[in-house]
Amino acid sequence: MFAAEAAAGHVDPGFLLEHAYVVPLVMAASFGLTLAIGKRLGRHASWIGIASIGFCFLFAVGANVQWYDYVHDSEHAAEAEAHADEAESHGAEAESHEEEGHEDEAESHEDEAESHEEEAEEHSLAPAAEGESAVGPMAPVAEEGGHGEEEAHLEFEVQPVQKAWTWWTNGTVEFQAGMLLDGMAVMMLFVVTLISLLVHVFSTDYVAGDRRYTHYFAFLSLFSAAMLGFVMSQNTLQLITMWELVGVCSFALIGHWWEEKPNSDAALKAFLTNRVGDVGLLVGMVILFFAAGQTFDIIEINTLANAGDITHTALLVASLCLIAAVMSKSGQFILHTWLPDAMAGPTPVSALIHAATMVVAGVFMVARMYGVFWNGLVIGGSSVNALAVVGGITVLGGAGLAFVQSDIKKVLAYSTVSQLGYMVMALGVGAWTAAMFHLFTHAFFKAGLFLGSGSVAHAVHSFDMKKDMGGMKQFMPKTFWTFAVCTAALIGIFPFAGFWSKDEILAGASQLGGEGSYTAFLVVGSLGALMTAAYMTRCIYLTFFGEFRGGHHGEVSHGTEDHPVEEDHLAADSGHGDDLEAAHDPHAGDHGDPHESGPRILVPLYILAALAVVAGFTNIPKSGVLDWVPDGVALQFEHLFEPKGGYFPTAGAIEGALSHPEFDIVIALVSTVLGLLGIGLAYAWYFKGLGPHGITSRNRLARAGHTLLVNKYYFDHLYTGVIAGGFKGPIARAANWFNQKGLDGVVNGVGKGAVAGGRFVYDQIDQRVVDGAVNGAGATAEGGGQVFRTMQTGKVQQYGAILFAATVVLAGVFIVVV
Amino acid sequence: MDDVMLNQFLLLSAVLFCAGVYGVLAKRNAVIVLMSIELILNAVNINLVAFGAHNGTVAGAVFALFVIAVAAAEVGVGLAIVLLIYRNRRSVDLDEVAQMKG
Repeated sequence: MFAAEAAAGHVDPGFLLEHAYVVPLVMAASFGLTLAIGKRLGRHASWIGIASIGFCFLFAVGANVQWYDYVHDSEHAAEAEAHADEAESHGAEAESHEEEGHEDEAESHEDEAESHEEEAEEHSLAPAAEGESAVGPMAPVAEEGGHGEEEAHLEFEVQPVQKAWTWWTNGTVEFQAGMLLDGMAVMMLFVVTLISLLVHVFSTDYVAGDRRYTHYFAFLSLFSAAMLGFVMSQNTLQLITMWELVGVCSFALIGHWWEEKPNSDAALKAFLTNRVGDVGLLVGMVILFFAAGQTFDIIEINTLANAGDITHTALLVASLCLIAAVMSKSGQFILHTWLPDAMAGPTPVSALIHAATMVVAGVFMVARMYGVFWNGLVIGGSSVNALAVVGGITVLGGAGLAFVQSDIKKVLAYSTVSQLGYMVMALGVGAWTAAMFHLFTHAFFKAGLFLGSGSVAHAVHSFDMKKDMGGMKQFMPKTFWTFAVCTAALIGIFPFAGFWSKDEILAGASQLGGEGSYTAFLVVGSLGALMTAAYMTRCIYLTFFGEFRGGHHGEVSHGTEDHPVEEDHLAADSGHGDDLEAAHDPHAGDHGDPHESGPRILVPLYILAALAVVAGFTNIPKSGVLDWVPDGVALQFEHLFEPKGGYFPTAGAIEGALSHPEFDIVIALVSTVLGLLGIGLAYAWYFKGLGPHGITSRNRLARAGHTLLVNKYYFDHLYTGVIAGGFKGPIARAANWFNQKGLDGVVNGVGKGAVAGGRFVYDQIDQRVVDGAVNGAGATAEGGGQVFRTMQTGKVQQYGAILFAATVVLAGVFIVVV
Repeated sequence: MDDVMLNQFLLLSAVLFCAGVYGVLAKRNAVIVLMSIELILNAVNINLVAFGAHNGTVAGAVFALFVIAVAAAEVGVGLAIVLLIYRNRRSVDLDEVAQMKG
């Protein structure tokens, strides 16, 4: 078995996996290039970004193919039966992909990368060797026997593909930048590049004619680079850096139209709220750095945590600090408030950053440091933990707020908050794979929903569902159908992607942990499913059904809503759109009936809708009533992307390892019924007008609830009014008092002291001592001169007499003394 | 030359020196003052020659020769000055030559 393990570590991962670090570098180069020459290219500046992200997407696809081979090779090597031929053929395929994808600017990178390569080789060997030796003692999985029969495919390890370049060394601590590719990183590589590519294409239409067109695409590139670098982070230092870089891009893109105060305010709010959590990230990572014996290496930290070499207290404190970071970045209660405001940015940015990729950075970070969280929070144990609680509250809190929004993007934003809650909750109950699977599927359908809302807004120049939308189905049937499919996926209707991932989370909540300790989260998740169904039905009703309420765009009638701004921009954009956009011009001119968007908007929607249908089948379970699913199809996501090694709390790495929930037909049926019930209730309420409408004006309790929701649970009041205001007022007053009394007193005192001192110095020292000395010297000289001038008679003989007398005296003295 | 002889020469020299100093300080006639300076110088010369003879070397005599040469030059300059003073003032009375009075 040991020999097989060793062999598994030496399986060749393939060219693309070894060199995946070029992906963020290409995007970073694209950022630089777009900024440098983008202005000169004008509208064609976007091609730099599209070509780069296209290359990266192809690279990511190739990397995923190679990863598939790598996992299988590792498995086969572990079984001591290397199917080398198969791997070769797949490798060749992947390389042909890579050939296609090579763009000019990519090649320049290749050179750069190759010069680093030699250096990399020697560095990459060391951690790999270390990893093996660390893993070695825990390796004898087969001996445990217990899991052997059930989870036969879990018995092998997949060594992550690592590379690291030492930036500088301080004592024994090496500061490195590098890459760590394992299942989840490869998966994220695919998700980020795909959605980024679609968003790039979508944006060429959506922000056409924007005054900061190149700036926009440059930051999309930088964001992609940062996010790709983040998911490939080899050490915590790189993780933090990329995390912050992602935040900066978010800031820049939320405030893309910064001329309007609300937009720059939203950008600032996002940035500052994230700062709060980032403190937690820093503190947590510093604790881990020291607890793990001064190392930044993620694999090493997790391995040590799993091996029990880090005290539980340190892990617990670090986990709680890192949860603060998750709360801010992934929009968890109570630091979620920035996420809805972030909708001030352009819609494709919302799709890319605030739904599909950046906001899952927090979730990804937890998944990445799962050894720490698992052991720190005792996730496998029988008590409720903070991570699950935060996620659970967020599921319901976010879903509740989505009901009262009139801005379509804000509905989706709160929906994102809620769905991120699901992911965090899943991680909290120990359903790691379910969380990552939901991240995977959610990225597609939520990006689809956001881009769909962008498509609608592009037509009506507004995001206000109540004022400017309604009946859009007849104008935009294609957008409607993609939106509907993505909504079905989000709600979790049977064959769509969300069904599989949400069901796995719910199954995890019911089956994992000791003694049914997470059952409460099953209830929360189911309730969340009901609410999701209802608010999305409301959203679809308000947007696509009923009477068209827009068409009054000549008037200045919608400056008061949450998004007075973007719509103006959109109008302006189409107004001075260039000649290529001729199709848009008449529509922008007369503001007639809205019409379907162009292909550059629709094609991304089609792709995302298709993925929203099929993405769920990547992890179709094989248990319970689904026992008939063939082995080669079932649980592929789990099989490929779940890390297998000592750095992950997988079977064999630690006691009480991560286990996987089985498919439970009861839970599946209940959640589906709840989803349909939610749709039904919302249908009855909105479409049919049934139910106690107007209850908010009649019933005091209902009104109070409505007011609470409209005011977003008063969190913004709490932050800006109570906390910020509470500090601001007294602090300002105290500062003013201190300024007036303290500082001014000091300043005035110093001034007065200086004047008095100066006067004293002038009167006493300058006038008396200095002038006295000078005058005295003059007077003395004059007096002396008066005395001595009498000696100067001009008579030579007198001089001679004196001279002689002096000589006599001196001679006398000389004789007497000597 | 023995010590007694030396003493006599030194005495002669001292007398001459005192006479010279008296002449320099007390006489008003500039020419006499110059001559008195010669007396002082010659008193020195006597000393030099006497000590030279006493020690049995010619060094003293050689020094004296130098002094005589320098004294000749000095007197030449001094007489020239006196002559100019006389031309200007028709007098060589040193008491009247007091332009350097401060």
